Amino acid sequence: MRRFVYEISESWKIAAAQMRSNMMRSTLTALGVIIGIVAVTLMGTAISGISIGFDKSMAIFGDDVLYVGQWPWKQVDDWWNYRDRKKIKTEYAEPINRMIVATPKSNLTVAVPTSSVYRSVKYGNGEVNNVLVRGTVSDYVITSTFDFKEGRFFNELESRGGANVCVVGYDVANALFPSASPLDKSVLINGQPFKVIGVISRQGTFLGLFSLDSIVVMPLPAFQKYFTAKSEADILVKVKDKTKLAEAKDELVGIMRRVRGLSPEKKEDFSINEQQALKSTLDPIKNSIAIAGLFITGLSLFVGAIGIMNITFVSVKERTKEIGTRKALGARRRTILLQFLIESTALCLLGGFIGLTLAFLMCFLIGVGFPSFPVHFSTDLVLVSMIVSVLTGLIAGFAPAWTASRLDPVAALRYE
Amino acid sequence: METLDESLNIRPHGRSVIEIQDITKRYVMGEEIVHALRGVSLRIHRNEYIAIMGPSGSGKSTLMNMLGCLDTPTSGRYEFNGKNVAEMDDNELAEIRNREIGFVFQTFNLLPRSTSLRNVELPLIYAGINPEKREEMAAHALQEVGLADRMNHKPNELSGGQRQRVAIARALVNNPSIILADEPTGNLDSKTGGEIMAVMETLYQRGHTIILVTHEADIARHARRTVHLRDGLIESDDYLPLMESEFAISSS
Ligand SMILES: Nc1ncnc2c1ncn2[C@@H]1O[C@H](COP(=O)(O)OP(=O)(O)O)[C@@H](O)[C@H]1O
Ligand SMILES: [Mg+2]
Repeated sequence: MRRFVYEISESWKIAAAQMRSNMMRSTLTALGVIIGIVAVTLMGTAISGISIGFDKSMAIFGDDVLYVGQWPWKQVDDWWNYRDRKKIKTEYAEPINRMIVATPKSNLTVAVPTSSVYRSVKYGNGEVNNVLVRGTVSDYVITSTFDFKEGRFFNELESRGGANVCVVGYDVANALFPSASPLDKSVLINGQPFKVIGVISRQGTFLGLFSLDSIVVMPLPAFQKYFTAKSEADILVKVKDKTKLAEAKDELVGIMRRVRGLSPEKKEDFSINEQQALKSTLDPIKNSIAIAGLFITGLSLFVGAIGIMNITFVSVKERTKEIGTRKALGARRRTILLQFLIESTALCLLGGFIGLTLAFLMCFLIGVGFPSFPVHFSTDLVLVSMIVSVLTGLIAGFAPAWTASRLDPVAALRYE
Repeated sequence: METLDESLNIRPHGRSVIEIQDITKRYVMGEEIVHALRGVSLRIHRNEYIAIMGPSGSGKSTLMNMLGCLDTPTSGRYEFNGKNVAEMDDNELAEIRNREIGFVFQTFNLLPRSTSLRNVELPLIYAGINPEKREEMAAHALQEVGLADRMNHKPNELSGGQRQRVAIARALVNNPSIILADEPTGNLDSKTGGEIMAVMETLYQRGHTIILVTHEADIARHARRTVHLRDGLIESDDYLPLMESEFAISSS
């Protein structure tokens, strides 16, 4: 056993010396592995970056909120079946809340109606286009997870009375009030003044695609008065215990059926959505990145492995006499096998290490260049890369190492 | 064989280290079959100093590789320390080469990128000796061959004679039963060759068993016993009278 350890450590030293004296050749040989590791690392980074970015973006919506809407949050093949569904109305919130209160041990807390349009928001000479203007009630603040940079959300009184007040997102506040505080100033939407009573802290972007801070929230009656007479809505329902999301969903389905007056044999004509379901819509993107990444990785590792096998064969050939000498001094077949396996593995590890460094630099540069793009360089990836490198080295080195270990000592010693 | 009986009657008694009987070795080279050894018998005792002589191609190296357990005979019997070599597997042979035999080659066969110390340590690694002990033993062996001040030199920083002395240190570091040297002075000038032979003589005096292959009579004269090979057969096997060998040393 001890001998085995000494043999291995000796082999590592030899491999390191071998690489040092042939730095150029070693690096070129490891190129395939370098590319492979860069590919697999960037792929992993992209996939986990998307997941993390998504989670971060979704956190704003809260994972304990159900969304009642006309459309499901997934791709549907029979979209025409959904198109003709009756709209979801803001008025539904009231009966839903009544039923929640009437149900003993309800899994639901509160239902909040929201209705949205996109409008420009002005203040003085400043103007921000395409701002999400949302009407809702004071309980909205319970279903959301945002903080306030300054000010507050509108209270129940303002909510019911439809006061001309609003809460603005970080981007809107920044664009219209670069230096002063927006509080108590009135912004113009559709020519109508709304007094700013709160500024929401920065939320960032959704997957780096669009800003979540380009938003204005106001009481529903005011919204309906100035923006749309129709009462099309999404209804947000907060769940009491998020570990019982499924039960909560069932309960909400029952409530909605009663609100819609559906007889038991009728199919549901509404959708109850949740954040988690949306997550699965990202799977096709992640899968195609994974397939492309694995293909490139596999191909370059394959090419790399052949190169390393080749160079190890060359190394065996060059050092045939040395192999003979080692055998004469008492090296076993196993010793020689290990020595060349370790050499090819060391080459692959060198490639893996360079690859990881490059990938890390690339991630860093992407992070600097596009701060909003979610990059995440995980320790798991380092581990996976190292394992992949070692396996590649072992596979690539096996044939030459085996050949070397089987060399006849006398023939090897006579080799010139 | 006659020669075997003779040697038994005349010279050292006790247990033999090496005993071969009727060894043959054939090499098949395509159509041609080369009979490198045609039936060689030999008994070698502990602390003998024996030279194997003969013209080029007579089978000296083949015999040497056989004795060193690097090669196996086509037929015949080989006992090393009473154990039948033919029955050993690759690992057991490696173990014998590691613990019982020290090789010295004509071309030195040092690892070019390793220092003298590391080169001499190599057999000790295969013997599973720990690093501190290894270094100590290797340093000691280098001291014995007079290279205490060249321990951290690489082969290309050493002269030919120094390289061969490193190789000798490597051969004796694990304290083997026998040291096998195949033309150890073949790549050296006669003065340096003489120095190497002086090292060999010291080792012999300290109790090592030495088998030396050479085709030079000058070199062979250092040994106490000379085996002549011709065409794969033993032609003669002579013990030098003690006085003559003493003379050979003092004159060299
Ligand atoms: N591996 C081998 N393959 C074929 N022939 C060999 C091999 N080794 C030695 N021989 C032949 O065996 C004979 C004896 O060789 P060798 O023992 O090297 O002689 P010496 O060392 O006395 O010069 C020579 O004819 C040589 O060509
Ligand atoms: Mg020879």
